[in-house]
Amino acid sequence: MSKTLTLNGQMISAREGESILDAAHDAGVSIPTLCHMNGVGDVGACRMCLVELAGSGKLVPACTTKISEGMEVNSDTPQLHEYRRMLVELIFSERNHVCAVCVANGNCELQDLAIYVGMDHVRYDYLYPAESIDVSHPMFGMDHNRCILCTRCVRTCDEIEGAHVWDITARGIKSHTITGLAEPWGEVNTCTNCGKCVMACPTGAIFKLGATVAEMEKDREKLAFLKNARERREWV
Amino acid sequence: MSKTILIDPVSRIEGHAKITIYLDETGAVNDARFHVTEFRGFEKFCEGRPVGEMPSLTARICGICPVSHLLASAKAGDDILSVRIPIAAQKLRRLMNLGQIVQSHALSFFHLSAPDFLLGFDSPPAQRNVFGLMAAQPDLARGGIRLRQFGQTIIELLGGRKIHPAWAVPGGVRSGIGDDEIKQIRERLPESIAVAQQALQLYKTLLETYHEEASIFGNFPSLFMSLVGKDGAWEHYDGVLRMVDSAGKTLCDIEPHHYADTLGEAVEAWNYLKYPYYKPMGYPDGMYRVGPLARLNVCTHIGTPLADAELREFRQRVGVDGVVSSSFQYHYARLIEILAGLERIGLLLDDPDLRSTHLRAAAGINQTEGVGMSEAPRGTLIHHYQVDQHGLITHMNLIIATGQNNLAMNRTVKQIAQHYIRPAHQANVPEGMLNRIEAGIRAFDPCLSCSTHALGQMPLHVSVLDANGQVVHEKMR
Repeated sequence: MSKTLTLNGQMISAREGESILDAAHDAGVSIPTLCHMNGVGDVGACRMCLVELAGSGKLVPACTTKISEGMEVNSDTPQLHEYRRMLVELIFSERNHVCAVCVANGNCELQDLAIYVGMDHVRYDYLYPAESIDVSHPMFGMDHNRCILCTRCVRTCDEIEGAHVWDITARGIKSHTITGLAEPWGEVNTCTNCGKCVMACPTGAIFKLGATVAEMEKDREKLAFLKNARERREWV
Repeated sequence: MSKTILIDPVSRIEGHAKITIYLDETGAVNDARFHVTEFRGFEKFCEGRPVGEMPSLTARICGICPVSHLLASAKAGDDILSVRIPIAAQKLRRLMNLGQIVQSHALSFFHLSAPDFLLGFDSPPAQRNVFGLMAAQPDLARGGIRLRQFGQTIIELLGGRKIHPAWAVPGGVRSGIGDDEIKQIRERLPESIAVAQQALQLYKTLLETYHEEASIFGNFPSLFMSLVGKDGAWEHYDGVLRMVDSAGKTLCDIEPHHYADTLGEAVEAWNYLKYPYYKPMGYPDGMYRVGPLARLNVCTHIGTPLADAELREFRQRVGVDGVVSSSFQYHYARLIEILAGLERIGLLLDDPDLRSTHLRAAAGINQTEGVGMSEAPRGTLIHHYQVDQHGLITHMNLIIATGQNNLAMNRTVKQIAQHYIRPAHQANVPEGMLNRIEAGIRAFDPCLSCSTHALGQMPLHVSVLDANGQVVHEKMR
């Protein structure tokens, strides 16, 4: 059933049960995202797609908020632009992101987003946490310095591959991605070595071993293709 | 009352440094020190990172000679992977290193040091820079700038960018070279060779004018070290690391994995730069020099006709029994090396191996220790890594060319200061004299692991301090 809502002053129609993000996308309105990835469910982890709801004045993530009849949504206000830039700056300040020597330089969604929001410097003190690198896996590596806790790897491994190797441990600023029961990745026997998490990772956190600066090109649409093909039983 | 003269910063070098001259009660030079005032910390913060990242990470040490670090690091990585890299990769790495030597030497000679020679050590500092050179000798300046650009172009055509190309990797290189690129390089070779030859001719005519400087600028016997080919030929990428004495006699060939048995590293409290020395002779007697002068003193021949003719003339003209001891002649050696580099580039371009598409050997971590050496424009560069079983760096030691020249640079500064600064000057040492002290350092083309180029525009700050550290005289230029 179709619903009608207002997005940035324009009347649009959307399917019932659809998220604001999908409705906006169908209407040709771009809302920046980071943790969202086609093919896996949304969790609203990064808050990059925050939009304003008229009336309540509340800020809600467009990816996890369903549309409703008569909803008035603003995705393009000076306040939202400022918040998005703040969010990107906070992500940069939280771990150790050094684009110049990163495997994902030039192919990184965080880097693209920094450019999109106009981040010419970071206004917050860098935390410089002492993060580890796990290169115990025979094919892939995980550099926690570059992890932004988007949980795409967790959702991809769980929803598409069905192995659920990845998860998140601890809370708040202490949150960390883990493999298995917080074991070295190379020792997790549920890992199928499929490499989908490598493709899903928006930054250079998960990479192919031996990759050097700017060598990690990722084909993320392949993940959505796999999922759709399986659901629609395109192989049989 | 004893006094101190401080030259801070030293200009027209790569990086940040200062010189302190200590005068005694009579105003004569008691001692002089060359201090490197920047701290980088690469050896520490690379710990814990994967070895595959090292070439591009350590290349960031320097914006002038990133290729040197890229190659020494990739070679240390090859050692850890235990691979013999594809022949094309080896030759392409050589080609890039030659481009690097040409561009860096051109920068040192034309941009940084030529203003001293051609405009005079005593000329006004406001003109004594590359812009003054452009006004006075536009053709020479243009030729020099284009020569540097030629070297940079080779680096860009191979690695995709002029500075910090992430191109050499453990196991080989990331991309090859096409016909168009080879054509582009070949087309500019004759012009570049002509510029190098003109500069050599000009330098030889200046030798008479600067006879005094040549005899005072770091003119002392020392050991020399560089890579040489197995047949003793001039080498820049591989071969054996050889130490010769002040008479040119081979003392030893140093096995890469055991360099620490031969080379010690001393530390002084007043300097961030370490003091490598030849262990069998102890510190500081084991002073040795590296770089263009050392390479030409260590090798028996270069292996290309034009450069070999120049090498013979060099040894006859400024050498004693074939060994050149004056650090002033680093400039001369640098120009000969530009010519040698250009000739070798020409030879490499004709090599069919260059067009192979097999560029990168794949291997896992097979050793937990690796040493990579190459000749940077300024001398031998050593990268030494230890890794854990997964290839994460546990220990890193980098021995850079400028560090190895540290003892010799300090001795040079003292020799020049003692010659030019007289008690009669009191606190008012003429600017030209101070410039000569800086020029003595410039002869080594020190790269203080940094991409800062001063190009003569940085002010020279001279402070004269009494024994209590009080400024009694200050002069800005």
